[in-house]
Amino acid sequence: MGLHVPTMAEKMAAGESPEILFWVGCSGSFDDRAKKITKALVKILNKCNVDFAVLGTEENCTGDPAKRAGNEFTFQMQAMMNIQVLDGYEVKKIVTGCPHCFNTLKNEYPELGGNYEVIHHTQLIQELINQGKLALKDGDTFKGKKITFHDPCYLGRANDVYEAPRSLIEKLDAELVEMKRCKTKGLCCGAGGAQMFKEAEKGNKEINVERTEDALETKANIIATGCPFCNTMMTDGLKSFNKENEIEVLDVAELIAKAEDL
Amino acid sequence: MISIALFALLFLVGWGFFGWNMYKIRSNIFMGRKLDRSDNKGERFKTMMLIAFGQKKMFTRPIPALLHLAIYGAFTITQIELIEIFIDGFVPHAHRIFRPSLGGFYTFLISFIEILSVFALIASIIFLSRRNLLKIPRFNMKEMNGWPKLDGNMILFMEIILVACIFTMNGADEVLYREGLSHAKDLGDGSMGFTISSFLGPLLFDGLEPATLHSLERIGWWGHIIMVFAFLSYLAYSKHLHIIFAFPNTYYSNLEKKGRLTNMESVTNEVKLMMDPTADPYAAPPEGAVEPQRFGAKDATDLTWKSLLDSYSCTECGRCTSSCPANITGKLLSPRKIMMSTRDRITEIGDNKRKHGNDYDDGKSLLGDYITEEELWACTSCNACVQECPINIDPLSIIVDLRRYLVMEESKLPTELAGMATNIENNGAPWQFSPTDRLNWKDEE
Repeated sequence: MGLHVPTMAEKMAAGESPEILFWVGCSGSFDDRAKKITKALVKILNKCNVDFAVLGTEENCTGDPAKRAGNEFTFQMQAMMNIQVLDGYEVKKIVTGCPHCFNTLKNEYPELGGNYEVIHHTQLIQELINQGKLALKDGDTFKGKKITFHDPCYLGRANDVYEAPRSLIEKLDAELVEMKRCKTKGLCCGAGGAQMFKEAEKGNKEINVERTEDALETKANIIATGCPFCNTMMTDGLKSFNKENEIEVLDVAELIAKAEDL
Repeated sequence: MISIALFALLFLVGWGFFGWNMYKIRSNIFMGRKLDRSDNKGERFKTMMLIAFGQKKMFTRPIPALLHLAIYGAFTITQIELIEIFIDGFVPHAHRIFRPSLGGFYTFLISFIEILSVFALIASIIFLSRRNLLKIPRFNMKEMNGWPKLDGNMILFMEIILVACIFTMNGADEVLYREGLSHAKDLGDGSMGFTISSFLGPLLFDGLEPATLHSLERIGWWGHIIMVFAFLSYLAYSKHLHIIFAFPNTYYSNLEKKGRLTNMESVTNEVKLMMDPTADPYAAPPEGAVEPQRFGAKDATDLTWKSLLDSYSCTECGRCTSSCPANITGKLLSPRKIMMSTRDRITEIGDNKRKHGNDYDDGKSLLGDYITEEELWACTSCNACVQECPINIDPLSIIVDLRRYLVMEESKLPTELAGMATNIENNGAPWQFSPTDRLNWKDEE
């Protein structure tokens, strides 16, 4: 089944305005691993007949990594361009699979004139379940599996979203196991604050290795995340322990799509 | 009469010195940049009551929280007794002036203080051994060498002396009272009835000469009040300042989501100008326009007053550093050190101004002389330090302000990050992908 991914431009040409804009983000658009997460989410949206659209080639980096790196000029130029595009399409509600885009759109765009209701994809999926649009099957995809959730800093501490991803995992036929450092005490994967784009400073260990140890201690079969950067870091962390074939790193959207056989 | 004169002198010098120090710290803090935190008074008050008064965030680590609560409780309740000591000090022949009017409640109050003082004593001893015998990493990091370590121990020793003075005073008075020799009015049955000193007094001081007992009682009384003023004078030079500053610091907390970094208005104006096709880039600035500030922070005075208040409020507990992913993995960054460096630097700038005049420049700056670029670039902006701080100190905003200066004023940043910014500006993504390929994922297998 092909994916149904309308763009805002197409919608506008047809005289329609979708309920929600799916902000794909740079990782979700270009990174091979993250593209799978994007598609998993689209499959869920399609299945639930969510009236959404993407910006496609009109989407631009939110400017998050520039802002964290101290480059406020680049950030604000990106933000203002994006706000022009978003307001041009009269966007009201945005869903995104990237906690960094989520945080920036939600918390840092309003002061520059961009006011939208912004939610993370785990919150949207939870909404769909609550509204009865998505009834998770009792499939045995994850039967007997242990899943641990790694809190993305920009979803958890930065925006106090801890429960939405967990409530989704709990709906699966699997056991949710917590790492010793979780929720408010969750350890960063090492990619935030523009670290994703540079070598780490001198130290005695990589942060993602430290975090992967936390995950290994839980004996989980799957490490779930809700952020494409965390996904990369945890996957690399597993490789340093030669565990990449034993343990999977999956986004919560992928878990749900798998459970639904999408 | 001599004792009243001595007490008055101690009182004036003690409060005067404290007042002068607080004035200096206040003016140091207001050297910082403007930031509006005058909104949401109700929510701010609530935050202060929960986090400073109620110590809510301390209880994420219950054992130190209980020990800390013992010292905090004893300290707070002892203030009531202190009022009596102040009055007794000024009124001729007054001794336990509240006792006749308060009666049984007085006995209850002093007993309560005594019990809390015992808890505080136990807590102080445990804290001292924790700091010096147990090798708890956060108390033994590089930035704690020298004065900070001594400071932490001194406060606990002072606390122990203070408690010893209280029991010397009450214990000796108890024995005198039993012999009908106390200066307290309304001498009644056998004992003053304070829970601890009614048995500790006889245990320690029974059989001593009345003159010795009176001296001991006075040593306890004077020792107590001298320690109180010593403490007050010492505060300004110590991490212990948090006992006062925790309150304004939590009141003026950031109430927004932690992920939101401040917007730089100065940049907004420039960007709007750039994006406005009708703007004249060579136009003279409008009449009365303020001279543009430097972008970001190079020195402590470029930080907001709240960051400076943060730095004076920090009690160097190191919870921030012990939760910092960069620090945990051996990087140079320690959020606690960021706070300590900021405080040391703003104090130095303030002292220089008072000594050498307002225009004095010592050629040093927070960035470079106190905080290095390597520390700044190790931060993942994960907010663990902000989350952990028991009094809502925000080391991250200092790190970001210093990064802003490095990047926007000096273009000093890791080359990969410069490349990332170029990519964002040229292709709308931090990597080198063509913007026209952005929707390719839709049709890929």
